Amino acid sequence: MPKLIIDGIEVEVKQGLTILQAAEEVGIEIPRFCYHDRLSVAGNCRMCLVEMEKSPKPVASCAMPVGDGMVIKTKSEKAVKARNGIMEFLLINHPLDCPICDQGGECDLQDQAMAFGFDKSRFIDNKRAVKDKYMGPIVSTKMTRCIHCTRCVRFVEEVAGVTEIGATGRGEDMEITTFLQASLESELSGNVVDLCPVGALTNKPYEFTARSWELNKTETVDVHDAVGSSIRVDSRGREVMRVLPRLNEDINEEWIADKSRNSCDGLKYQRLDTPLVRKNGVLESSSWGEAFDIIKKRLIGLNPNQIAALVGDLVDCESIMVLKDFMSKIGVQNLDCRQDGSLIDTRRRSSYIFNSTINGIDDSDCLLLLGTNPRKEAPIINARIRKRFLRGDYQIGLIGDAFDLTYNYNHISKTPEGVTSIVNEKNNFYNILKNSNKAMIIVGMSVFTHPDVNNIINSLYLLCDKTNVINKDWNGYNVLHTCASRVGGIDLGFVPGKSGKSTKEILIAAEKQDLKFIYLLGADEFDAKKIDKTFTVYQGHHGDRGANVADVILPGCAYTEKNGTYVNTEGRVQLASKAVSPPGEAKEDWKIIRALSEVVGCDLKYKTIDQVRKRMAWQNNIFADINRVYDDHSFFTGSSEFISSIPFHYPIKNYYQTDVISRASKTMAECTKEFSLNNNKRVEI
Amino acid sequence: MLKDQDRIFTNLYGDFGWGLNSAMQRGDWDSTKELISMGKDWIIDEIKSSGLRGRGGAGFPTGLKMSFMPKEESSRPHYLVVNADEGEPGTCKDRDMLRYDPHKLIEGCLLTSFAMSSHACYIYIRGEYYNEASNLQRAIDEAYESGFLGKDACGSGWDFDLFLHRGAGAYICGEETALIQSLEGKKGQPRLKPPFPAGVGLYGCPTTVNNVETIAVIPTILRRGAKWFNALGKPNNTGTKVFCISGHVNNPCNVEEEMGIPLKTLIEEHCGGVIGGWDNLLAIIPGGSSVPCLPKKTCDTIDMDFDSLKGANSGLGTAAVIVMNKSVDIIAAITRLSKFYKHESCGQCTPCREGTGWLYRVMDRMVKGEATPEEINTLEEVTYQIEGHTICALGDAAAWPIQGLIRHFRPVMEDRIKNYKQSHFTSAA
Repeated sequence: MPKLIIDGIEVEVKQGLTILQAAEEVGIEIPRFCYHDRLSVAGNCRMCLVEMEKSPKPVASCAMPVGDGMVIKTKSEKAVKARNGIMEFLLINHPLDCPICDQGGECDLQDQAMAFGFDKSRFIDNKRAVKDKYMGPIVSTKMTRCIHCTRCVRFVEEVAGVTEIGATGRGEDMEITTFLQASLESELSGNVVDLCPVGALTNKPYEFTARSWELNKTETVDVHDAVGSSIRVDSRGREVMRVLPRLNEDINEEWIADKSRNSCDGLKYQRLDTPLVRKNGVLESSSWGEAFDIIKKRLIGLNPNQIAALVGDLVDCESIMVLKDFMSKIGVQNLDCRQDGSLIDTRRRSSYIFNSTINGIDDSDCLLLLGTNPRKEAPIINARIRKRFLRGDYQIGLIGDAFDLTYNYNHISKTPEGVTSIVNEKNNFYNILKNSNKAMIIVGMSVFTHPDVNNIINSLYLLCDKTNVINKDWNGYNVLHTCASRVGGIDLGFVPGKSGKSTKEILIAAEKQDLKFIYLLGADEFDAKKIDKTFTVYQGHHGDRGANVADVILPGCAYTEKNGTYVNTEGRVQLASKAVSPPGEAKEDWKIIRALSEVVGCDLKYKTIDQVRKRMAWQNNIFADINRVYDDHSFFTGSSEFISSIPFHYPIKNYYQTDVISRASKTMAECTKEFSLNNNKRVEI
Repeated sequence: MLKDQDRIFTNLYGDFGWGLNSAMQRGDWDSTKELISMGKDWIIDEIKSSGLRGRGGAGFPTGLKMSFMPKEESSRPHYLVVNADEGEPGTCKDRDMLRYDPHKLIEGCLLTSFAMSSHACYIYIRGEYYNEASNLQRAIDEAYESGFLGKDACGSGWDFDLFLHRGAGAYICGEETALIQSLEGKKGQPRLKPPFPAGVGLYGCPTTVNNVETIAVIPTILRRGAKWFNALGKPNNTGTKVFCISGHVNNPCNVEEEMGIPLKTLIEEHCGGVIGGWDNLLAIIPGGSSVPCLPKKTCDTIDMDFDSLKGANSGLGTAAVIVMNKSVDIIAAITRLSKFYKHESCGQCTPCREGTGWLYRVMDRMVKGEATPEEINTLEEVTYQIEGHTICALGDAAAWPIQGLIRHFRPVMEDRIKNYKQSHFTSAA
C-alpha cells in the first residue's frame, strides 16, 4: 500500500488508485470535467492538474497512479494557476448563455467557473460557434457549449455498448456528433444528458420547461421494468417535469433506461380523472357513489366462480394486498397477477426471482441467457452484463432469438431445444457451467409463456442440479421479470387459488360467458376483446385497453402519485414515494378497493397504509424488511423432459411502448417512430 | 568539421543507387549476423556508451530508452516502431535517408529489435512520402529476398518481420503515442503517460518508438564501435547529426556534421552563407518550427547541440535550421507557425485545443499591429498557460515560437502596434 502526502496529509491507499481518488479518500476534492468514475480515464480536460514534487510539469491527477513517497500539492500556487488557465481556456469559446441554458443551476462549468474563473475575459476575438447535431428524440444538442470532455463518447462506447457518438475534426474544429447525425440508438441514451458537464447535451422533452431550482425533488423507484431503478422525480406543482437516476450501487449504479426517464410526459395524457360508468354503450362521467353502487348491484347473487380479478404491471403491493383480501372475503379464487398468461413456478420464492442479484452479475463467471433479450427487457441489467463481459474471461451462451445485445455470445440454438442438448452434455456449454463456481442462468418471460414451459423448467432444474449453478454460496438461477408488480404479486399470493383459474383460463371463461364479473386492477396487457361481453371494472390511471372494455372505471394513481411498495426482479422490497397529487377525483388505489369493500358489505379492517403494510408483512415476511434481498440456496430437483422446437414468443416487441404510461407518452411515440418502426433508416455504406 | 571517413550517411545526396547492391557496397548488411551474435546486452551497452541521443527532437538517451523494455518477452510480444512521420516544418533529413539509404534503416530495425527481444517492427511513414515509401518497401522486399529479414534473419536464428505503414498526413501522428494510436487504426490522438509505451504501447504491448535517424545510425555505431561515435561531437552530445538548413541561405541543404558544430560555421561552410551576408541575418530557428528562434547576436556564437541550445532558451529539436534574413517579417513568420499548430492540434485536451486558436488569432492581429501593447503580455501569459499543461508536447511546440518572438523581438511588435495606431486613428481624429 503506497503512502503519499497530499496537501500535507499523509495517506495510505490501495495500489492502483489515482491521485484524484486518493485525494477524495481524505476529503480533498480536485475539480474535474472529463473524469467520471464509471468511465475510462481520458485525462483531456486538464482541470485536475496538481503539483507533484520532483515533476517539472503539473500532472493530471485523474490519470496518474499513486506511488510511494509522492508529495502532491493540490492548492499550491502552481496548481491553482494551472487550473485558472484551464478554466480561462474552457470559457473563451463557451457561450455565456447561462440564462437561457437548460443546464443553468446544475452546471459543472458554471460552478467551477465561480471557483476558478476570472471576473472578466481577456479573449476579445469571436467565439467559436458549432452547428447543432441531431441525436434523436431524447437528446437535444447545443454543440457550441461543448467542452469536448468526451464523457458521452466514452459512455455510449463503454457502458451502452454502441459506437454511435464520436468526435470528428481536429483542434478547435473538433465536434462531437453521431455518425451521419443518426439518432442515438441505445436504450440508455438519456444518460449522456446527465453525464454532460455543460449544457451541450440536454434532455429534449424537458427542454426549456423548468429551472432546476424550482423543482420539487422526490426520491422514489421506477416501475417501467422489473429492475426497480432508483429515480428522482422532479416536479413542479402537479406536473412531473423530469425523471433522473439516483445513485444505487446495488441496482442501477447511476444510470436509468430511456423509458424510465422519458415516458414521464405520458403521466399527463389519457388520464382517468373521474369515475366513469358505461350507459347505453358510452362511458359517462359519474360519481364514486354511483360507480360503487353499480358494482355492488352487479356482485349481488353471483357465484364466486363467476368472478375474477387480474392485476396489471404497474400496481403497487398495497393495492394487490387489499384486492386479494377483498376477493378472499367474497370467496373468489380466480386471481392472477400474470396477465401475460405466463406460468411462473410460484411454489418457492427462489424459483421466480433473480437470485444472483444484479450486483452478483459482477461476480459471476459465466452466463446462459434463455429466451430473453435483456437489452429490451431490462437495459440496466444488460449494461451490467456488458460491464462484466468487458472485464474479460466471461462466456455467454444464448438460447433463443439472436439479438444485438452489445456483447458477444455463443448462440446455442434458436429454439428451446438447446436446453436439452446442454442438459444431456451434448453442448460444450454444459462443461462451462459445470466448471465455474458462479455460473448464472437468466430465464426470460418468454420461457414461461412457452407451451412447453413445464418441460423446459424441469430440464433447467435438472441442469442446475447437475452443474454448479446452485451451491452453498451462490444461487445462479435467475428469472428476469419485465413488470414491476409481478414479484410482489406472487409474493402476496395473488395467483389462482386451489380451484381458481389462471389468466388464460379466466379469458377463456370470459369468452364463453361463464364469467360474469371481472375486476381489472391496472391490467391492460392482454387481449381485452375476450372480455368485452363480461361486466368489467377497471381501476387504473390511464384510459387504455382495459378501460376501453370497462363498464365501470375507478380512477387511481400512477406511481408518482402514491406511496407504494414494489418488489423488483431480485425480490428486493422497495418503497416508492408520492411526488405529485393525482388528477381530478383519482384516489390512491388501495383506498378505492377498501372503500368499495365497505360498500359491498365486507369491510376490510385497515384504515391506514401502515396497517396495510403490516398485513403484507403478515402475509409474507419479506415485506417486513425494505431493500433487503434474501439468499436462498435451496436446490431444485428436475428431470430431463422432451422440449419441442416451437420458438419463443418475446414479451417486448417495441421497447418504447410497453405499458399505459409509455403508450400515452409523446416522447415514447417519437422514439417508436424513430427506432422501432423504421428499421432501415441506417445508411448503408 | 566532420571528416569524410566519419560520415555515416554516405549516400545522403543520392549520388549512388539506393538498392541492396549499392547499399552493400557502402558497407550495409556487413557482418550483421556477427553483430547479432554478440548478444542483446552488448548491443544495448554499446549504444549506451556511444552516448547516442534520440534524433527525433527530444534528445532522450537511446540506450536508456531501450533498457526500459522488459528484459524477457512474456506472453505479450515486444514491438519496435520507427517514426518516419517526419512532419516538423523545416525538417527533411529522414526523407533523404528513406529514399537514398533505406537499407541503413532496415538493418538498424533488425539490430534494435533483436536487442529489445522484438520479432516485429513497424515503420510508420508519413503519407506524403510516396516515393520514399515505394523505395523503402522495395528495399524491404529486397532484404526479405536476400534472407536478411524474415525467418532466421541474416542466419542469426532470430525471426524478424518488418512492416511499412503509411500515415495520412496528420502532424500529431508524429507524436509517439498518437502514432501508436494511428497504427492501431484509431484516431491519432496522444495517449496519457504513464503508462509509457515501454510498458503499454502498441496493442497494449511493450513498445519502443524511435526516429528514423536514431535507428539508421545504430548499425554503423555497432560496427565502428561506441568509442568512435563517442569521440565525435561534444560530451553528452556525441556523434554526428544530419542538419537540414533552409531559408535565406545561398545553398539550402541537408548535411551530416558533428554535433556541436558552431551554427555560423555550419551555415558559412555548407550553405554558402546567409543571403546578403552574415550581417543581413535577422534570426534563426535552430531545430524545427517548434523551438524558439535565436536573434543574430546568439547565432554568432552558438554551437549546434542539445545542451548549448537549451542553454540559449531554445533547442536542437530535429536540427532543422530555418534561416531568416532581414527581408523577413518575423511576426508574420511566427504567425504562420501559430496557424500551423492551430491546424494540427488534435483537439483532445483543453489548453492546446483552445489555446492554439487563441494564440493564432492574437498573432494574426499582431502582424498588422491591430492590438494593444498590453496584449503582448497577455499573449505571453497564454503561452505559459499552455506550456506544460497538455497531454503531449504539441502544446509546448505551439507556445515556444511565440515565447521566442516576444523574448527577442518585443520592440518590433510594439513598433508595429504604434504604427498601426498612428495610421488608423491619428488621421481620423
